[in-house]
Amino acid sequence: MTTPLRARASRTETGYNFAYLDEQTKRMIRRAILKGIAIPGYQVPFASREMPMPYGWGTGGVQVTAAVLGPDDVLKVIDQGSDDTTNAVSIRKFFVKTAGVATTTSTADATIIQTRHRIPEASLKAGQILVYQVPIPEPLRFLEPRETETRRMHALEEYGLMHVKLYEDIARHKTIATTYAYPVKVDGRYVMDPSPTPKFDNPKMHRSPALQLFGAGREKRIYAIPPHTEVISLDFDDYPFEVNRFESPCALCAATGVYLDEVILDDAGGRMFVCSDTDHCEGRRADGHRGSMLGDAPATLASKANVGGRADDV
Amino acid sequence: MYVAVKGGELAIENAHKLLDVARRGDPAIPELTVTQIEQQLALSVARVMSEGSLYDPSLAALAIKQARGDLIEAIFLVRAYRTTLPRFGASEPLETDRMHVSRRISATYKDLPGGQVLGPTFDYTHRLLDFTLEAEREVEPAPRAHQGIEATPRVTGLLDAEGLIERNPQASDDTPVGDLTREPLSFPAARDLRLQNLARGDEGFLLALGYSTQRGYGRNHPFVGEIRIGRVEIQFIAEELGFAVALGEIEATECEMVTQFMGTAETPPQFTRGYGLVFGQSERKAMSMALVDRALRAGELGEELTAPAQDVEFVLSHSDNVQATGFVEHLKLPHYVDFQSELQLVRRLQAEHAAAKVVPHQEVAE
Repeated sequence: MTTPLRARASRTETGYNFAYLDEQTKRMIRRAILKGIAIPGYQVPFASREMPMPYGWGTGGVQVTAAVLGPDDVLKVIDQGSDDTTNAVSIRKFFVKTAGVATTTSTADATIIQTRHRIPEASLKAGQILVYQVPIPEPLRFLEPRETETRRMHALEEYGLMHVKLYEDIARHKTIATTYAYPVKVDGRYVMDPSPTPKFDNPKMHRSPALQLFGAGREKRIYAIPPHTEVISLDFDDYPFEVNRFESPCALCAATGVYLDEVILDDAGGRMFVCSDTDHCEGRRADGHRGSMLGDAPATLASKANVGGRADDV
Repeated sequence: MYVAVKGGELAIENAHKLLDVARRGDPAIPELTVTQIEQQLALSVARVMSEGSLYDPSLAALAIKQARGDLIEAIFLVRAYRTTLPRFGASEPLETDRMHVSRRISATYKDLPGGQVLGPTFDYTHRLLDFTLEAEREVEPAPRAHQGIEATPRVTGLLDAEGLIERNPQASDDTPVGDLTREPLSFPAARDLRLQNLARGDEGFLLALGYSTQRGYGRNHPFVGEIRIGRVEIQFIAEELGFAVALGEIEATECEMVTQFMGTAETPPQFTRGYGLVFGQSERKAMSMALVDRALRAGELGEELTAPAQDVEFVLSHSDNVQATGFVEHLKLPHYVDFQSELQLVRRLQAEHAAAKVVPHQEVAE
């Protein structure tokens, strides 16, 4: 909630209010965010607006970002961990155009990070806000399609069905066959969908010093994890939660213990594994870390994304 | 050869330039004007206004031009514009009894006060391609009867006078109508919100659902009590004034379905209503809406719930084509982070599967 009073009057050249939404709408969204922070993991219904980008493409995250964004914020937008994927480019441009804020690709320099499908590798710090784009906020949706039912199940803390599902996975596959959007329990109360991030990222949510906000535009839900909140991935004593592991380090920066994208190099089975978090990878390379294929990688992968700078640069 | 998805900024810019060129088509052909679309593709304009929830023919026409004739895209453009507009309040209920009708038909009575007025309709045309439309041509003036002079009371009003049909609930200041664009829809949704949802809902979706009720999935024996199309005045009470002022006129299509109801212990058998109202001329949508509205009242009327069209949550959650197209089309966005997780899992499961297969083979060999 960093919007100072002067943002209220500020209009950008596009003829829209600062960050597109009118102030009344932003207040409504902030109320939902505050309620979400007060009840960690609880899905707060909000009067989601139609946005100029399609549903399912980040309208919830964009509304949350618009509601918390102030003129002095520095915004980073990532999709699949990268600042340079098409939808991240489009959303970043939207805020440059409608809010004129500074943008960055650096996780450390950003005050607000809007993300789809990843949590940055670098640890977040106090004061930062991570805004997730959420397609289906309801973790129980695939077990029970009816909203009336799932709201009742949350109210009664009736999560047996979810444990049965995880148990059936183990019975069938000897492992929990959920690899992303892996359900978590927040603050010992609500089972929450972390959005379709790979389960690799789940531990990063636990006791994070940053504020984590989740926006689902089409489904009209906002939820939140306040800083330093307990976030536990569901599991069983004899089948504890495990993150995805990769056999080789990043081919560009030699990082281990990070999430990797598999890049197909040719039609003869050639492939390389590279950091999904491009900022993290670039930072490591700048620090002199060299992966096994740094010299051979396609130029578009190895080159530094050039998307930062002030609004007037773009 | 691998083509990087990264490096998208320039690609997006170029794609949008290409879109501009593709929209224009062959520059040797005269460019469509927004006025031409508004005048000559009026039914497209009506659909975009209805499902875009914004009565503005010229903006709808502009959206159709910008969307290259893709009506759902045009609806989306109009919605995204509408969302930025302030909301002053709700108008008074439309007095469609006083509509200046350009078309008014009833399927329940052969003749009735105000008469059957066919108006400009495709009905009874032979669907033969008219090759004379390929060239510019003069249009003969159409003969017109006296219009809008005779009062046209509503058919359901005539039934109501005899006590044969359920009473419509009256508007009341104590129960203002909801607005699902300002408050998130929650279930069970009351009829005001259901009607708003249906009025904004996708024509094709409602058509299919309405059709399904006719084919036995939630059958309710409907009759078209009346369809009327015409211009109707919008009245608005400004708080400072304290009385209603006319803001202008809109063209609308209203459909009232009269359907069977066998009655319960408390309620005598009587006809019930299904209601449809859309901007502009769109009978198909208004009729479908009325069928689905009635089907969604099954629970309230104590009917057995068996069909998709009767399922409030199912219908209302999936009727909005802007939501639906967004979410379906978002599958185009990169998902490689999640896919990578699934790849790992499938590879591991396959390896385990193969390992498990080897063991019994050895047993056989032994």
